[in-house]
Amino acid sequence: MGVVQGDQMVLNIGPQHPSTHGVLRLKVWTDGEIVSEIKPYIGYLHRCFEKHSENVTYEQVIPFTDRCDYIASMNNNFGYVVTMEELMEIKVPERVEYIRVIMAELNRIASHLLALGVYGLDVGAFTPFLYMFRDRERILDIFELTCGARLLYNYMWVGGVSHDLPKDFERICIGFLDYFEPKIKEYNDLLTHNKIFLERTADVGVLPPDVAINFGVSGPNLRGSGVNWDVRKDEPYSIYDRFEFEIPLGEGEFGTVGDSFDRYWVRMCEMKESIKIIRQAIKDLPDGDVFQTIPKKIRPPKGSIYRRTESPRGDLGYYIISDGSPIPYRVKMRSPAFTALSSLGEIAQGWMLSDVIAILGSLDIVLGEIDR
Amino acid sequence: MTPTEIKETLDREFPGSVIDNEELAESQIELKPDQWLEIATYLKNDPGLNFDQLECVTGIDTGEDGPLQSRYNFHSMEHRHKIEVVISLDRNNPKVASIEQVWRVGDWFERETYDMFGIIYEGHRDLRRILCPEDWEGWPLRKDYEAQETYHGIVVPKIKEEEWE
Repeated sequence: MGVVQGDQMVLNIGPQHPSTHGVLRLKVWTDGEIVSEIKPYIGYLHRCFEKHSENVTYEQVIPFTDRCDYIASMNNNFGYVVTMEELMEIKVPERVEYIRVIMAELNRIASHLLALGVYGLDVGAFTPFLYMFRDRERILDIFELTCGARLLYNYMWVGGVSHDLPKDFERICIGFLDYFEPKIKEYNDLLTHNKIFLERTADVGVLPPDVAINFGVSGPNLRGSGVNWDVRKDEPYSIYDRFEFEIPLGEGEFGTVGDSFDRYWVRMCEMKESIKIIRQAIKDLPDGDVFQTIPKKIRPPKGSIYRRTESPRGDLGYYIISDGSPIPYRVKMRSPAFTALSSLGEIAQGWMLSDVIAILGSLDIVLGEIDR
Repeated sequence: MTPTEIKETLDREFPGSVIDNEELAESQIELKPDQWLEIATYLKNDPGLNFDQLECVTGIDTGEDGPLQSRYNFHSMEHRHKIEVVISLDRNNPKVASIEQVWRVGDWFERETYDMFGIIYEGHRDLRRILCPEDWEGWPLRKDYEAQETYHGIVVPKIKEEEWE
């Protein structure tokens, strides 16, 4: 990356462009093909989630959380209900806890599959995308069987879940895991160890750990930089402290720690860990009534709470303030993709324009969650 | 450190900056706005505190004539302790020092709070609206907010109170 002095050109990427993963506009200052500055412009998908929340009851907020991160709706529900239950001091039945963990981890796999597949597409590999969507479809089928919806579930409620598991769920879910586990090797053969893919991602867009923490980057992006931080392990919520699983970290196998490949690789490894968690959860799944602790009317005591959970994209936090009425006084969502995108200007500086697309893809952003 | 110990430390280092507020929870500290940048730098750089993560910045409107609040959630990955800082600001002139250069994640968080509440973060290098269009009028998340009638000739739909109930 030599320094070339020439005329600056301002280039506009998006808001309608397939590689921006939604309606994101990037204003890029380039010197030849080398990027000197990037400013992301967001807000094209702003649907006033927080303002809406102040006008509906607590249970009516849940469908809105679905629509924030529409790739991982279960995890968004999960974060909200965990925060609400802590505020209201509800202890949900064991069965509900297990069902929630199974659903959240299945959704994590589905979300990572989409992220990895689309990332391949970003750097020019079309086939892995089709393979991964084929397998993601099976997870969506399981969700459809459970709650009737394929994308926006509204499945987890404060104090319980909307439907008990369908008959034969254990067999179907184990069947899927047995089918899916060997597929990860297939993806690795197809994409991970592909020379062109490695050339495009290894050593590209290095995010050093201290910069990552300072920019509030979280989840797989942070672990790709080698920082061992996972809310499921470090601040366990629900029943995550009962399961055995590893935290995959970026090791700079093909380049530097914290490059785009590491962020990609952490996601690939995390799917294996999610499989482990689901297997343990299904093995221990207790019987019980899933509607037992759903409150008739939700009126949390006066007070405020901030709680974060681990969504597939990172630390998903909810800040909820209650004034004792059935309508929230304030709901704030701290979105992991929002902070990840804010670091783009720092990471992508000095790289070629085509690398910017590779770096942006490796951050795995969802615009619905950034704009809320 | 427990929140009470952190509170005592801050009271010792910056006398008079901590405000006693009975309404707040144990993990929350209310601070005066005037020394905020120095306190924030201390929170980050002091080896005993070492708050390296700024988790969240939230704006709150406490009601009709009440103050606006800017709340910050901090967490230390090394010491595993956390604290929430509350700063109350005058509703007609909400100004507080920006901590964007201490924690870079504060950049977008503060822009968002500015966008929604009109809190001005002094010293922020790029304080613009982030989610709303740049020429939008008013501060949407304030409790007394009323949406403008038209935006570039487009009628902004009004929500009637009855429809919600």
